[in-house]
Amino acid sequence: MRNTCEHCCTKVEGLTVRLGDNAILDNVNLHVDCGEVVGVVGPNGAGKTTLLRTILGEIRYQGKIVFRIAGSASRKPKIGYVPQKLQFDLSSPISVTDLVVSAISRYPVWAGVSKDLSERVKDVLSLFSAEHLLKRRLGELSGGELQRVLLAIAMTPVPKLLLLDEPASGVDIKGLSLFYQIVDDLRKKNDIAVILVTHDLAGVSSYVDRLILLNRSVIAQGEPKEVLSNEKLVKAFGPALWNVSCLPNLTSKENNKNGDY
Amino acid sequence: MAIIEVWYRLIGALPFGWTHYVFMKNALLAVLLVTPLFAILGTMVVNNRMAFFTDVLGHSALTGIAIGVLLGFHDPTLPMICLAVVLAIAINLLKNATRASVDTVLGVIMAFIVALGIVILSRQGGFVKYTSYLIGDILAVTPQQIAWFFVIAVVVLGYWYVAGNAMILTSVNSSLARSRRINTFLIETSFTILLALVVIVSIRLAGILIINSLLILPAAASRNLTRNSHTYTAWAVIISILSGITGLIVSYYWGTASGATIVLFASGCYGVSALLGRYVMK
Repeated sequence: MRNTCEHCCTKVEGLTVRLGDNAILDNVNLHVDCGEVVGVVGPNGAGKTTLLRTILGEIRYQGKIVFRIAGSASRKPKIGYVPQKLQFDLSSPISVTDLVVSAISRYPVWAGVSKDLSERVKDVLSLFSAEHLLKRRLGELSGGELQRVLLAIAMTPVPKLLLLDEPASGVDIKGLSLFYQIVDDLRKKNDIAVILVTHDLAGVSSYVDRLILLNRSVIAQGEPKEVLSNEKLVKAFGPALWNVSCLPNLTSKENNKNGDY
Repeated sequence: MAIIEVWYRLIGALPFGWTHYVFMKNALLAVLLVTPLFAILGTMVVNNRMAFFTDVLGHSALTGIAIGVLLGFHDPTLPMICLAVVLAIAINLLKNATRASVDTVLGVIMAFIVALGIVILSRQGGFVKYTSYLIGDILAVTPQQIAWFFVIAVVVLGYWYVAGNAMILTSVNSSLARSRRINTFLIETSFTILLALVVIVSIRLAGILIINSLLILPAAASRNLTRNSHTYTAWAVIISILSGITGLIVSYYWGTASGATIVLFASGCYGVSALLGRYVMK
């Protein structure tokens, strides 16, 4: 197990997150080098999403999170984040253009989108085979399409660290391999570090450099082959990890209860 | 007040019976300022599913008046605003802290606050004095109040210009918004405070019972017809202004309460938009 952090990496040391008396994450240690894709797998409730949100800076924690990244000496670098689900009302009149503009521009989108800005949005989306979605409402997108739009936003401007939360949920196999392919290209071109949280152990293992098995703390980590051949892992988490088929759709109504008044 | 004289002459030149009355000219100007404001705020209220929340804010006015009476205020506007702002912030904090259904929490707060207001105001059978607050009176608006609405309209437009994008992103996914370095707590809190202010300041125009409809209906109607933020906002404003003007003038001829008449026309717009939407949105 490597634990060094060279010139460019994100390192998590002794990370503990508590909710009341419960430790959601307990003494987690891991690091991600630039240009590396790390998959984080684990059963439901293992603290995977909490890990991402803690790295994003949303949750109070004990321990250390160090960003050692060229050009931004220990300051928090730009982090790209692709959420697992959206909390909006499916019938909301928010178009793909609206979402992209509201994320990348200060010019208020309700006042209308200029031609220049519209071209910029098109450029941003075309890198992710999503330019044809410009005028669609968010509620009209499939899981895979929404994922690519969110990835396009996370990659504009190019971040140092990219966090992907469950890109497999609600996405069909074709969409998913397209998504992984895009992420793989991105990391090669831009030398960014990627943390990919997923249930999809089978699909992801050919695209990631390392796998981390998380269940409140790091149970195992290493090359996908190593981790997958680990008897301890297969015994303890096998059934839970392989259980991909019953995941909820990305934008299903059950997921839209958050954020209600 | 030179500007208002110009307005009086302009409207007075129109060949209708109602244009002879100063109170109608004032009311029309107030409608033209307030309806677009409500439409714009309403777009985000509806997007964020806050309709019940703004209803609670409106009803809190009753308790604000009651507190004003207890403390001996001549004009209850200040206690009304204070209570609504405190309530808005409290509900916002509670929403982030509790796992209980926000719906239920709001229901409980509304029940308590309305009951408290009525109990205080009805001591010795005095509630009748305050019924004007329930249905509002747009015809009693003064030029000074109109000047205030103008100031508020400028503030809301400025806020919308600066924070509009951040509000959209926050409503879609707050973690995503925070990853773009948006202070989502500040956005949510400032928006609720702004709502509290606008609702309370306008409560004399439309009344506690129907003020919320003026926020919700134009946006709800516009949603039936539009698929992006720009057209959504534009149609909400158009529907709001049209039903405002029509409702005001018709209420003059029918001799009915203006606020409620306006709401009736806005409801009509909603019905039409729901039918039209089936064809437009295909």
